[in-house]
Amino acid sequence: MKARIHVTLKNGVLDPQGKAIEHALGNMGFDGVNEARQGKFIELELAETDREKAETAVDEMCRKLLANTVIENYSIELE
Amino acid sequence: MKSAVIVFPGSNCDRDMAVALEKITGTKPLMVWHQDYDFETVDFIALPGGFSYGDYLRCGAMSARSHVMKEVIKRANDGVPTLGICNGFQILTETGLLPGALMRNANLHFVCKDVAMTVENTDTLFTKDYAGGEEIIIPVAHHDGNYFADDDTLDRLEGEGQVAFKYTSDINGAQRQIAGITNARGNILGMMPHPERMIEPALGGSDGRKLFTSLMNTLN
Amino acid sequence: MNDIQITPELVAEHGLTSEEYERIVKAMGREPNYTELGIYSVMWSEHCSYKSSRFHLKKLPTEAPWVIQGPGENAGVIDIGDGQAAIFKMESHNHPSYIEPYQGAATGVGGILRDVFTMGARPVANMNALRFGEPDHPKTRHLLAGVVEGIGGYGNCVGVPTVGGETNFDPSYNGNILVNAMTVGLADTDKIFYCAAAGVGNPVVYVGSKTGRDGIHGATMASAEFTEDSEEKRPTVQVGDPFTEKLLIEACLELMATDAIIAIQDMGAAGLTSSSVEMASKGGVGFELDLDKVPQREENMLPYEMMLSESQERMLMVLKPGREEMAQKIFEKWELDFAVIGHITDTGNLTLKFGGEVVGDMPINSLVEDAPEYERPYVPTPKREAVDVAPVNDLNKAVLDLVGGPNLCSRRWIWEQYDHMVMGDTIQRPGGDAAVVRVHGTDKALAISTDVTPRYCYADPVEGGRQAVAETWRNITAVGGTPLAITNCLNFGNPERKDIMGQFVGCLEGMGEACRALDYPIVSGNVSLYNETNGSGILPTPAIGGVGVMKNSDRMATIAFKDEGEAIVLIGETKNELGASLYQREILGEDAGAPPHVDLALERRNGDFVRALIENGQVTTCHDLSDGGLIAALADMAIAGGIGVNVAVDGDLPLHAALFSETQARYLIAADTEVAETIRKEAKDAGIPVEIIGATGGDRLRVNNDAVDIPMSELAKAHTDWMPKFMAKEILTTG
Repeated sequence: MKARIHVTLKNGVLDPQGKAIEHALGNMGFDGVNEARQGKFIELELAETDREKAETAVDEMCRKLLANTVIENYSIELE
Repeated sequence: MKSAVIVFPGSNCDRDMAVALEKITGTKPLMVWHQDYDFETVDFIALPGGFSYGDYLRCGAMSARSHVMKEVIKRANDGVPTLGICNGFQILTETGLLPGALMRNANLHFVCKDVAMTVENTDTLFTKDYAGGEEIIIPVAHHDGNYFADDDTLDRLEGEGQVAFKYTSDINGAQRQIAGITNARGNILGMMPHPERMIEPALGGSDGRKLFTSLMNTLN
Repeated sequence: MNDIQITPELVAEHGLTSEEYERIVKAMGREPNYTELGIYSVMWSEHCSYKSSRFHLKKLPTEAPWVIQGPGENAGVIDIGDGQAAIFKMESHNHPSYIEPYQGAATGVGGILRDVFTMGARPVANMNALRFGEPDHPKTRHLLAGVVEGIGGYGNCVGVPTVGGETNFDPSYNGNILVNAMTVGLADTDKIFYCAAAGVGNPVVYVGSKTGRDGIHGATMASAEFTEDSEEKRPTVQVGDPFTEKLLIEACLELMATDAIIAIQDMGAAGLTSSSVEMASKGGVGFELDLDKVPQREENMLPYEMMLSESQERMLMVLKPGREEMAQKIFEKWELDFAVIGHITDTGNLTLKFGGEVVGDMPINSLVEDAPEYERPYVPTPKREAVDVAPVNDLNKAVLDLVGGPNLCSRRWIWEQYDHMVMGDTIQRPGGDAAVVRVHGTDKALAISTDVTPRYCYADPVEGGRQAVAETWRNITAVGGTPLAITNCLNFGNPERKDIMGQFVGCLEGMGEACRALDYPIVSGNVSLYNETNGSGILPTPAIGGVGVMKNSDRMATIAFKDEGEAIVLIGETKNELGASLYQREILGEDAGAPPHVDLALERRNGDFVRALIENGQVTTCHDLSDGGLIAALADMAIAGGIGVNVAVDGDLPLHAALFSETQARYLIAADTEVAETIRKEAKDAGIPVEIIGATGGDRLRVNNDAVDIPMSELAKAHTDWMPKFMAKEILTTG
């Protein structure tokens, strides 16, 4: 089973890299971008076949390593 | 004073820390490889700077979850003085021993230079030998030193005297220009600047020495 | 894949001429297969074989009593006393850096670090020499930002301080930037490792990262001229992993502390091919490699790909028999791959096995010694006559334009992105004449400088070659070091053009003369040819990296004025030498006339005098004079010290010549007035032109009352602001 995890900065946490992207897009003439936030995408290939068990395991991975919940949120997609 | 310097794959200020500790305390520290987590009892633990695990995923994230850190967390919680410099500070926040997080510098560039900072609290193990409000010069060298915590946490840190050092100007975007903080108990200090790089005039100054002498004077 | 038909087109695609192909067939006694063709093509590329430059490189002086190892190994080795050696080299990574500035520069740093720690040295300092196109060129900012980020990203992570370098701009680099990286390391003289393999049957061991399809044909790319579609070649750029490099350094040094290693070589350009061929060739043995055993990152890799891959952070070693297990443990500790992939044979061949079959079998000798050597035809660069260079009305503006312009402004924006203090021995940080790094745990220090003035090399290659060597010698002298040896990185255009080859030959002639006159031999180096885009070549740029030693690191000079009321002493005679000067180019927008003459006897005499003053503790403030002449040096010293200066310049020269002339062999010293008077007398007695021209103090830069009169705040601001302001316009998308 594949797990796709998106890690994003929490709202309210300043994202300097996102700001730079936003600024660059503006400079390049792409108008109408109100905000850019940069995150991480992590793909895991899991041996687990049980969806529920996989979700629990990945959730724990996120909390314990993949995301820093002081500043980051995460979302998990299983396939 | 018996010290241990924890070495992770990718640590690169471990030797600098060891040299400073030996020069100032007169005793060679124990160098603890991250897999040798069953190390002997020491008076002080240092987590040096560097790029442990290449700063991959997040700075300090992998090291914070290593075996040796389980032992460090236990001992720090038991009251053993513990200092994290730069990557060491990042590791300490990743373990939760210190609150907040270190984010990418606001201007996105790595920054290596001498910075001025003030000693905000001299009533700690690490800062006793400094004068209150003393302005000192210590170099920084980091890409992710932008200290972040929510407002409540920041208010608490300031209110409880847990902010040890503040930059005198904006260096990296850190909230309230925080350069270093302690835990509530005061035995754990994390800071971005490198006091171990400022221990003799040939290196540009000696303002870092008092951090180590404070510790030594307390422990002896 | 080995059943691929070798056609003339395929041969040409491999950068080989039909004559060169015939040579291969003759050497092998048969047609090569596809894998073998690939291997010959990289071994016989300009990058690996030095086929256009070897003939001339042989003429350079490479020996001195303190030289332990000259060119021909991974890096040069010099004796610095007390059983210690400095090991260093400079190398180009120009083409990759133009295509992908971050990774190109980063892997350039990684490669040169490996060249140095391969020999048993712990790297202690990184330097660089960077050339970019004109500031207004649309790509310049992007390239500069990426290169600086890449150098920092790699060097900072491995924990080796980047202590200095140089950065210049010129339109000739618009489509072909130069990224030259230098590493200096330290080792004990009895613990130096070489690449000559020995001992039939001994295991050949692969360590480090796994092999992927990175940078295949990187070595041949570095030898081909750029065309517009080079930007399409991005996939061949290697990606660096400084974290693995850091582990590799520690693991190799740990293994080197044992006696297990017979020979070791890093896998640089042309990866497994060049490393195994070099080791076998130097040792006069054969290698048999079982390619199935090569640690691989990607699936279904073919022998051709494995042999030509330029995946980074890999090394090849020959171990003593029976030491494999112990060595493997060390590499496992550092979480690195370790694989015995072959053994030494007595066949003299490089034999490759894959899937149980022999897929390549080539005489090692033919890969190295049969490589073509070309004595390319050349025409010497015509001599330029001396010219009169016009004055300007507004000297203040000229000074501000120069000091606050792209070529002389502060490089702080760059070097603050490099960790220049890690390892705790940087006692002279970037921004001075030379970087100074203590030899750990001793009173000694190394002084290091990189330099070349390409506009001189273009105007007169022989003078330019002399000057490049002399300037690093002078820079090391100005901090108090004794210059010992150099490495070089020879960046030129297409050697098949007679005028370019003339530049190359001329520069080498000048360099050789200077090295001989200054007892300052060349111990390592690298040649980068074909630096052109669409037929337009770069300025000839033989970058020199000089290394010197200081016995007592407490006796060191810096450029910063230390105190008010100190006398300013000018050592050396100033002539009217404004041809090819920075003043002429930047202020007048011209490039004409002969560049300043380098009198090597004067260099030596004046430099030895100045060094003695620093060594005996009389002087702690010194700066050599170079680009921008006297006034630029005064401005540097005043800005660095935050103290103004007031000088009077008299004599026969027109004022603009006295201020901007780039006459060589000159130094400025600031010292207590009594000391200055003593120095003046000593210099006079030694027959050295000397003059006390003024004093430090106040908050202005002043010459001849108000001929030049600039507030220090304005001068410092111009100097500091140019680079950050320029770079602020870069659209930041990195990180």
